[in-house]
Amino acid sequence: MCLALPARVVELLPASEGTIDLGGVRKRISLELVTDVQPGDYVIVHVGYALQKLDPAEAERTLALFAESGLTDSTA
Amino acid sequence: MKYIEEFRDGELARRIATRIRAEAHPERSYNLMEFCGGHTHAISRYGIKDLLPGNVNMIHGPGCPVCVLPIGRIDNAIELATHHSAIVCTYADTMRVPASNGLSLMKAKARGADIRMVYSAADALRIAQDNPTREVVFFAIGFETTTPPTAIIIRQAQALGLTNFTVFCNHVLTPAAITHILESPEVRELGIVPIDGFIGPAHVSTVIGSQPYEYFAEEYQRPVVIAGFEPLDVMQAILMLVRQLNDGRAEVENEFTRAVTREGNEKAKRLVADVFELRRSFEWRGLGEVPYSALRIKGTYAAFDAERRFGIAYRSVADNKACECGAILRGVKKPTDCKVFGTVCTPENPIGSCMVSSEGACAAHYTYGRFKDIEVRAA
Amino acid sequence: MTKVRSDYVRPVDFKHGRVDMTHGGGGRAMAQLIEELFARAFSNEWLAQGNDNALFTVPAGRMVMATDSHVVSPLEFPGGDIGCLAVHGTINDVAMAGARPLYLAAGFILEEGFPLATLKRIVESMAAASREAGVPVITGDTKVVEQGKGDGLFITTTGLGVVPLGVEISGDRARAGDCILLSGTIGDHGVAIMSLRENLTFETTIRSDTAALHGLVAAMVEAVPTIRCLRDPTRGGLGTTLNEFARQSGVGMLIHESKIPVRAEVNAACEFLGLDPLYVANEGKLIAICPPEDADRLLAAMRAHPLGAEAAIIGEAVADAHGFVQMETSFGGRRVVDWLTGEQLPRIC
Repeated sequence: MCLALPARVVELLPASEGTIDLGGVRKRISLELVTDVQPGDYVIVHVGYALQKLDPAEAERTLALFAESGLTDSTA
Repeated sequence: MKYIEEFRDGELARRIATRIRAEAHPERSYNLMEFCGGHTHAISRYGIKDLLPGNVNMIHGPGCPVCVLPIGRIDNAIELATHHSAIVCTYADTMRVPASNGLSLMKAKARGADIRMVYSAADALRIAQDNPTREVVFFAIGFETTTPPTAIIIRQAQALGLTNFTVFCNHVLTPAAITHILESPEVRELGIVPIDGFIGPAHVSTVIGSQPYEYFAEEYQRPVVIAGFEPLDVMQAILMLVRQLNDGRAEVENEFTRAVTREGNEKAKRLVADVFELRRSFEWRGLGEVPYSALRIKGTYAAFDAERRFGIAYRSVADNKACECGAILRGVKKPTDCKVFGTVCTPENPIGSCMVSSEGACAAHYTYGRFKDIEVRAA
Repeated sequence: MTKVRSDYVRPVDFKHGRVDMTHGGGGRAMAQLIEELFARAFSNEWLAQGNDNALFTVPAGRMVMATDSHVVSPLEFPGGDIGCLAVHGTINDVAMAGARPLYLAAGFILEEGFPLATLKRIVESMAAASREAGVPVITGDTKVVEQGKGDGLFITTTGLGVVPLGVEISGDRARAGDCILLSGTIGDHGVAIMSLRENLTFETTIRSDTAALHGLVAAMVEAVPTIRCLRDPTRGGLGTTLNEFARQSGVGMLIHESKIPVRAEVNAACEFLGLDPLYVANEGKLIAICPPEDADRLLAAMRAHPLGAEAAIIGEAVADAHGFVQMETSFGGRRVVDWLTGEQLPRIC
């Protein structure tokens, strides 16, 4: 459930709104639910609202974890 | 699309699949329930089942807010438009759910009811501001992910002093549903549905955090791994569950660390607590009455509660006798166990909600999986 | 006092006027609208004659006829409008038989109250599309319905064309082993329309791909006369059209997701709305099926044409009694691409 996407904040707007960019598509959404957001940050967007900031360091860590899977064992 | 495409990499998928195959003990089965409908959809769409060994079984859970919405509540929403002449704003997901008398929101709209699809709760508020002489009702559905936006618009409506705007609240809660499944006789006593572990919902968890799942892990001794939305997230979570089960652990682990923390979104939780309170009980389609599983609008915001304003009387409507949605939502039966699956009940003519929502177990199986039941070979 | 010319007729007020019932009444008002708008815009010898019909001769050969009704909403969108859509759509249907389109007929149903300024814009766009394609609108009809009984404007176009000798193109001719080609990116039109609908607006402009494909088809047929099937994937998208071919021809199909061109913005918009680009409408693309030995030559011919610059071979027809269309996903698994159910709606779940 809950189709939500990570999108990049490109502009902060008045009344706790902002413009986000996903793959070149821009949309105006609400930033009411998140704090301390700056242009360049990534947020998870659901039904026109940012729900949470995405942590880039954790994202890298997770990708590294995926890549690790398959390196440790010698099974064919 | 950054943070999306990297998490769909086929090469990494094969590596994780190899790991799962290597680490799953052949002499036991691993029965994992993915609670969230979005995960059901991802598993079907990316063919993740094909990458798993035969002894890892995915059971589809009831985390599809459209699927668990009782027929009676859709009837109420339709009535608001037809009998009370309100403009009913809804997310598109509910439009095709079959209700009583052969109606659905879409069919009612075709007959002239003013029912409008919105992408965001904020749009419903805007419609209310643009139509001051009409009653506007927002048909609010969804789990904890979708509830904070509803809380925001109710507070905004109050700040604006709107007198023509109300919300028909059908927000439901994830932990209550998981408890209910684990408490059901089939799981607890009869052992008919072996559920060894859970893949926790992605976006619900960004709001509520990982903490609420600690109770299940502890009380029911089942591991929970919160997984992101992309197929690699799901596969990694399956690997983590296999490892926990092998080790005999029952912990809450978080695979979706890039968006989920233990506490979740405190601001969102505060806003929701300000506007909503627990209903003592709420009917879930297929699960019956589930205690403390849903929200209603608090007295302080009574002016924005559609149920109070319009005196909506809820009438429970039984599912079609042949419909097995209930059993399917609880993971007790598979779509193919339902007598009407694929014949009378199809995505074009859905009998039950599992077939209407694209992430319902039946719709997912019909669209992506039923062909696997027949042997398909490329020349 | 200024002298009024004795032959003065007040022209139609295209700036502020609106359609009313007299415009469909068959009387002077209707004749004036036809003359000042339709005949002037389409400007050809047939309409100039002022008959209720058009007389023409056809070159020898098999004739093809196609008709399409256009009810799109909104009427105007980035990349086009209902007018040029009506011209392109029918030209394309005729062209998909491998035919050279010759003439168009156009019927208009106008809703009482519809602004004449909008009508003029749309008709002129239609006329421009027709001129550019070299296919004249030689006859037409106008009716007016009461307010509330129409969506502003409906247009029906019928087209005639002639098929050259030796060209046999039909949806039931695909055979196992044939190659499947796509002329360019999918999803542009459907997303352009949907993103204009109330409450779904994006700030990025995604343009419809509406275009007349008969020039591309002519180049393709010349390079590869053995083309088996041609169709433009309009409503229901690529997924639906492939299923149609599979059913008509009694074959299955295997396509490769990584080979299907999709614009980044269209992909992103589909992600936002929870749509699958495979089922989103296109108005300027075509699918071709040809024998495998001719595929490379056909691809080259398509890429040489401006409307086929991004053409790609996306898969092949296979022997399959069940007629399934399967897709190898970029992820590495296989999924079936089924018929579309109803209309694709955005989702939040």
